Amino acid sequence: MGIFEAILLTVITAATPLVLAAVGELVTERSGVLNLGVEGMMIMGAACAFIATQVTGSPYVGILAGIASGALFSLLFGFLTLTLVANQVATGLALTILGLGVSGMIGEAYVGQSGIKLPQIVFPVLSDIPFLGPLLFKQDLIFYLSIAVVVGVNWFLFRSRAGLKLRSVGDSHASAHALGINVIRMRYLAVMFGGACAGLAGAQLSLVYTPQWVENMSAGRGWIALALVVFASWRPWRVVAGGYLFGAVSISQLHAQAFGIGIPSQFLSALPYLATIAVLILISHNRRTTLINTPASLGKPFVPDR
Amino acid sequence: MKKILFALATTAAVLGFSASASAQEKAKVCFVYVGSKTDGGWTQAHDIGRLELEKALGDKIETQFLENVPEGPDAERAIERLARSGCGLIFTTSFGFMDATVKIAAKFPDVKFEHATGYKTAPNLATYNSRFYEGRYIQGQIAAKISQKGVAGYIASFPIPEVVMGINSFVTGARTINPDFKIKVVWANTWFDPGKEADAAKALIDQGVDVLTQHTDTTAPMQVAAERGIKAFGQASDMIKAGPQTQLTAIVDTWGAYYIKRTQAFLDGKWETTSSWDGLKDGILTMAPYTNMPDDVKALAEATEAKIRSGELKPFTGPLKKQDGSEWLKAGETADDGTLLGMNFYVEGVDDKLPQ
Amino acid sequence: MRIELERRPEVSRLFSILSPVIALALTMIFGGIMFLLLGKNPITALHSFFIEPLMEVWSLHELAIKAAPLIMIGVGLSVCYRSNNWNIGAEGQFIAGAIAGSILPVVFHEWHSPLVLPLMLLLGMLGGALFAGIPAFLKAHLNTNEILTSLMLVYVAQLFLDWLVRGYWRNPGGMNFPETRTFDPVAVLPEMIASGRTHWGFGFALIAAVAIWFMMRYTLKGFEITVLGQSERAGRFAGFSTRKMIWFSMLLSGALAGLAGIAEVSGAIQQLRPVISPGYGFTAIIVAFLGRLNPLGIVVAGLVLALTYLGGEAAQLSLGVSDKVTRVFQGLLLFFVLSCDTLIRYKIKLVWSNLTGTATEGAH
Repeated sequence: MGIFEAILLTVITAATPLVLAAVGELVTERSGVLNLGVEGMMIMGAACAFIATQVTGSPYVGILAGIASGALFSLLFGFLTLTLVANQVATGLALTILGLGVSGMIGEAYVGQSGIKLPQIVFPVLSDIPFLGPLLFKQDLIFYLSIAVVVGVNWFLFRSRAGLKLRSVGDSHASAHALGINVIRMRYLAVMFGGACAGLAGAQLSLVYTPQWVENMSAGRGWIALALVVFASWRPWRVVAGGYLFGAVSISQLHAQAFGIGIPSQFLSALPYLATIAVLILISHNRRTTLINTPASLGKPFVPDR
Repeated sequence: MKKILFALATTAAVLGFSASASAQEKAKVCFVYVGSKTDGGWTQAHDIGRLELEKALGDKIETQFLENVPEGPDAERAIERLARSGCGLIFTTSFGFMDATVKIAAKFPDVKFEHATGYKTAPNLATYNSRFYEGRYIQGQIAAKISQKGVAGYIASFPIPEVVMGINSFVTGARTINPDFKIKVVWANTWFDPGKEADAAKALIDQGVDVLTQHTDTTAPMQVAAERGIKAFGQASDMIKAGPQTQLTAIVDTWGAYYIKRTQAFLDGKWETTSSWDGLKDGILTMAPYTNMPDDVKALAEATEAKIRSGELKPFTGPLKKQDGSEWLKAGETADDGTLLGMNFYVEGVDDKLPQ
Repeated sequence: MRIELERRPEVSRLFSILSPVIALALTMIFGGIMFLLLGKNPITALHSFFIEPLMEVWSLHELAIKAAPLIMIGVGLSVCYRSNNWNIGAEGQFIAGAIAGSILPVVFHEWHSPLVLPLMLLLGMLGGALFAGIPAFLKAHLNTNEILTSLMLVYVAQLFLDWLVRGYWRNPGGMNFPETRTFDPVAVLPEMIASGRTHWGFGFALIAAVAIWFMMRYTLKGFEITVLGQSERAGRFAGFSTRKMIWFSMLLSGALAGLAGIAEVSGAIQQLRPVISPGYGFTAIIVAFLGRLNPLGIVVAGLVLALTYLGGEAAQLSLGVSDKVTRVFQGLLLFFVLSCDTLIRYKIKLVWSNLTGTATEGAH
């Protein structure tokens, strides 16, 4: 295995949770809801996935637990912001505080335990393709799921009737409501999808990335995922591009250090953030294309008049 | 005992408290933690020390702690809260608590304070630290014996003297076995981010190191080393569970011995301000069992440990050169504590640049 | 059963006062249950959280110190959010202000003059404003989304501060530890009230709150902010410029965050260190919304949030619970406060589903 391939493998592991959480949040935001609680849902997913795996001995049960906990936790956000029309920004942030607290509480007994790593699923023949084989066909289930989710979301949003409805809810909830679409239900589903994806991303952290549980182990990755949605101007494949770009720069700077290039590590550590800003500037100069993809009702509450 | 109770009572009285509450109960020994008590690393090691203290002197004292205390004004408030709530002896367990501890110590002259890893003292403020670098010297020797390629990977947190000292000690130890031994350093810029630590470990392994050591707090690098089939050293606690076939040994922080010693002195009324910097011989750090290595390496490590304990061997003994090739210590000369505590240069053999 | 909302004809004055009270009551009930389940005495717990920090003078001072940066940043952010500019990088602007303001006491530490402190504060505001100017410029002229840029710049600011205090600004007499020299007394923000530690940072926060409240309520600028925030089109018809508003609101909130940063460093820490904020810039976002984006409400919200931090510590000691429990409690309180605010604009109806057959379905 060459060093380039090795770097790419590390990048994939680092980028997968970002892509997953960001694609989930993308669907939520496309429905017009801004959920800043990604970090909280992700850490809940990580804790619950790890605990379920330790209890049952099966990381696949862990994956389910991660997804379920993320979705359930997002329901709390949904109830406050959709049913009670509480402020979305503040509720999302409060969700993060609560998630960090609850996950720390329930995970306390599991700190220091060695986890079970999610096994690789190897596709015969395909995995023997030089270079690409080990990268794409010798991975764990969550990686395959992350690709499936991106493909699925892309198809759903732009090729399916339900996706069209969801986008119309996000663009103008009043008109969507007038057309007979149940805005609130649509948004609940989108919020829960976002939660499930963030929970799955959390499961990746505690089952694949580093099979262990420690408090606060998401370490700000939820925030990066939020930024990626904006970076991608709400388009799924751009989330993948952004996530992998961020991951690639993060990993390369570690290699640069190990190589001994003598630049202060703080500057190297800042590179992924600066690179993301730079690329966003390059791709967002065209005001019209950006506006087309921005959900116009993002963050605005909706109460059907009765 | 009477003396302390009297001291407590006066403190409380001066502050306009009812003295009765604290005077009739057990003496309170309190701790301020920078992390969570179950962080699996630095703070947990202190908390284990606290529990040992309770076990040893539980009939005479009770303990309390505040965890996840941010450095800065929050720390000042947390320490003051403990001082006001009747704590007679307060341990502040992070370097970043130094100035906060100094300020509060000046405000509460009758309460005793102990600050970990700092350098400012007062009549009622002592400092304590552990010679972790003694363990790193042993690790360096083991690494040089085990490594086929003669290159070790070092995951570092932040460039502070403590960490630099560890890197230098590791290299110095390794070079006693293999004079051409080299290390590659990656600064993770965090104490605590399993993902980032794992990434750093992978980067180092991909660049060809075949033994790994870390100065960050989680077991993630150990897990990666296990997965990639190379050997590694644990940090702060025995990480053997994360790598049963991987861990060679670990530097285990065992603060309990110190906490018991100082609390006993406090109870006997013999507490005095000190700047103690204990090492392997005092039991403030211990080496986890030497595992996963050939018997001759194990014997070497044990011999080195014994020599350090007896004082026969000091890790930083000349002839030693700095990274740029200039002389640091002449043959037979040993480094003084002041230089070590403020160390901000590398010795020969480190493949990295320090921020100046 | 499901919940339906019915819009009130006008904002309820009664409930805008009553809703926090209801929220507090609900928090006490649910928090009490949580503490019971944990085997702790709920009365002691609630006492530690809400009463104990308010019973002693020193603790009140600590409350003010903790609330000061939250209020100052929150007030600035409220202007941003009211005008639809999503600055979530106040944490970075706080750090930038702290760095800029510290140039004098760190680099020119031999200059002792009464001018030092005012200049520091000015530099702090300037630093914060300039740093917020980056996302402002990118949004106003290059159409780049400010949520991403302002957030990413937080990390850049943190790393830059880290580099400074470990490198060029390191205290030469500090055993090579990562901190700057401690500030000279002329560079230290004085205490405000004789009875304790509260420094003028709290005073500045209150002044800023009143000033912004006045601006929003009585000046044309305030009207412009509100109009542009509610409808960009309406604003343009009125002759207001969205672009200018981006600059104005971002620079203003950046300057206030920067002032909060230098006030915190000068008043409470007296040196720069690798980490100078436990996330004030992010917590202030909650404070801004908790205060309903009203500067005077933000003062109250900042004090309440600060109270939960102090109370959380008190509870750790009195109950022996971990700080995770106190964070969960804090989350509960926030949830109840946010959801009870619904009552101000809406009537909440519980509807039994078998009684309704209309087309408009609620959720659940």
